[in-house]
Amino acid sequence: MTDEELHELAGKQVALGEMRGAPAPDPVNVPMIRHWLTAMGDTNPAYLDQGLAPPAMAQVWTMQGAGQNRSPVDDLLAALNGSGYTGVVATNCEQTYHRYARVGELLTPATRLTGLAGPKRTALGVGFFATWNVTWYGDGDEPVAEMMFRVLKFRPREPEPERRPPYPLQPAVNQDTAFFWEGAKQEELRIQCCADCGELRHPPGPMCSRCRSANRSHTVASGAGTLYSYVVHHHPPVPGRATPFVVGVVELPEGVRIVGNVVDCPIGEVEIGMRLKVTYRAMDDRLVLPVWAPEES
Amino acid sequence: MRASTAIAGIGATEFSKESGRTELRLAAEAVLAALDDAGLSPGDVDGLVTYTQDANQEIAVARETGIGDLTFFSRVEYGGGAACGTVAHAAMAVATGMAETVVCYRAFNERSGRRFGQPNAGLTGQPTSQGLEMSWHVPYGLMTPAAWVAMFARRYMHVHDATSEDFGRVAVAMRRHAATNPAAWFHGRPITLAEHQESRWIAEPLHLLDCCQESDGAVALVVTSTERARDLRRSPAVITAAAQGAGAGQMMMTSYYRDDMSGLPEMSVVGRRLWETSGLSPADIRTAILYDHFTPFVLTQLEELGFCGRGEAPGFVRDGGIELDGRLPVNPHGGQLGEAYIHGMNGIAEAVRQIRGTAANQLQNVTNVLVTAGTGVPTSGLILSSD
Repeated sequence: MTDEELHELAGKQVALGEMRGAPAPDPVNVPMIRHWLTAMGDTNPAYLDQGLAPPAMAQVWTMQGAGQNRSPVDDLLAALNGSGYTGVVATNCEQTYHRYARVGELLTPATRLTGLAGPKRTALGVGFFATWNVTWYGDGDEPVAEMMFRVLKFRPREPEPERRPPYPLQPAVNQDTAFFWEGAKQEELRIQCCADCGELRHPPGPMCSRCRSANRSHTVASGAGTLYSYVVHHHPPVPGRATPFVVGVVELPEGVRIVGNVVDCPIGEVEIGMRLKVTYRAMDDRLVLPVWAPEES
Repeated sequence: MRASTAIAGIGATEFSKESGRTELRLAAEAVLAALDDAGLSPGDVDGLVTYTQDANQEIAVARETGIGDLTFFSRVEYGGGAACGTVAHAAMAVATGMAETVVCYRAFNERSGRRFGQPNAGLTGQPTSQGLEMSWHVPYGLMTPAAWVAMFARRYMHVHDATSEDFGRVAVAMRRHAATNPAAWFHGRPITLAEHQESRWIAEPLHLLDCCQESDGAVALVVTSTERARDLRRSPAVITAAAQGAGAGQMMMTSYYRDDMSGLPEMSVVGRRLWETSGLSPADIRTAILYDHFTPFVLTQLEELGFCGRGEAPGFVRDGGIELDGRLPVNPHGGQLGEAYIHGMNGIAEAVRQIRGTAANQLQNVTNVLVTAGTGVPTSGLILSSD
């Protein structure tokens, strides 16, 4: 429903006026009063002595199970739910007591919708305030108590995309090395390749040390590797890392070595010569690291 | 240049975990102590050399100590690899006439101030060549000296069937030597191989006791001509050979891309130069001061310098080769594992003491001492000899 349609529905429900609900299943009775007084810690003997119910018990006598006893409010709340205003929080409850309900008296509630306000922007999200009144009638159709009740029905905010804290161990990057880190973001393991003689080189640099060419290209490695050496770092603590962790020197079939973490492998099973495959870890919103997992995993 | 220059004075502060003084004050104290040792005054100094990593500028040290005009000042790069390089630069300056008396110094509060062993996310801060180099490693959490070395150590174990105990024997020997050196932090506190094995992991395969300590302190050395040194207070420790070395495909601590990772090619460059320029061979060396920030590279240095063959260092050490009564006593002062981590500078001072005959654990008949500097980085070395 659009906001206008919700207001239109509310208007119709308000126009219905007060609608009687089903009477309470049981009359006002001593066991319920005693139980309530005990739970509330109210030691005033007047209630039981005189056979009167505490006024604040008004709602107790006619509280209904879910789905029963439809009122003008229910259709509106259902429409709000269906329009995405699924959140609910009670904002106001004001009760007025006309007289004590007496033991043996059967109470009947009557509900009328009094208004719908919104949409309003709130701390919880955009929503509507729905307000209604309930009156409890006793013997002789006398009003015993009234209640004004208001809820905020709101559209829950989209959960915030999880914001990672910035990873503290950022690489320095310049025009000689940016291609590698850009590649990692695209899950490519890029190895510098001389555009003239084809020499592969890692870590990269501005000149080909074989043919002196500054014309550079890169190749994308197969992602296979063999563990050449490794350390298990225990101490001291390293920013952005939980210890222990493994860092290895990985030899690529393309003929270069690269350093990276060995992941997804129990530390006790890490060994020189193990076959690895590259995988990628986003460390924060800007850094992706190529790391290495056992080939069979 | 051979033998024309000498170390005429050595000086140091105490070695501690918290000096309670500024690094500049430590530098000034060590420089003045070295000058006193040589029998020289600040006014005699016309050159200063330190590490690029030292926080105390030459002119600041000169101001504090009353050194006047300087005609030579120089910095040597690459962390602890600079140690013997400072002496090499000083010797070159003296040999070429750039200066007559040069003081080399290194001063830091490496334990109570900035600790090298702690991760520093700023390593990759700028796209300098070093920042870019670090950027292939630091993002993966590979960012401490222990971990950088552990990568080589694991490979060494694999290639040569070495074990953690082979590394541990180096630590035990260093601590045994330190135990009888009153200047050592670990004076009176030897360890056993079992204690080494039980010490916690830092970066597998390195245990805590494979790693040198972190220290506050300063060391200074006075370099002048051998001829002049003969007239000074102490007998000269002659600089028979001095060399710097970097290998092909070299990086700072992470040269993982060039060879089988079981050696230290840059130390081979240094060793070759030392042997060539001195005319000496490993058999002529009475004791070696080998840079020992981490135990595995002590083994590698024995091999690179030709004291044993490839893969033979574990056996060399197991047979007691590096003990005070061994074939090649290594670090009689206890090294950086036992005495203090003053970025290799304290090892040069120990070499001078061994030449003079004044060391805590003095060896007999010391003629030639070989000293190395930081490993895993571009490095340097010296052969010092009695006159």
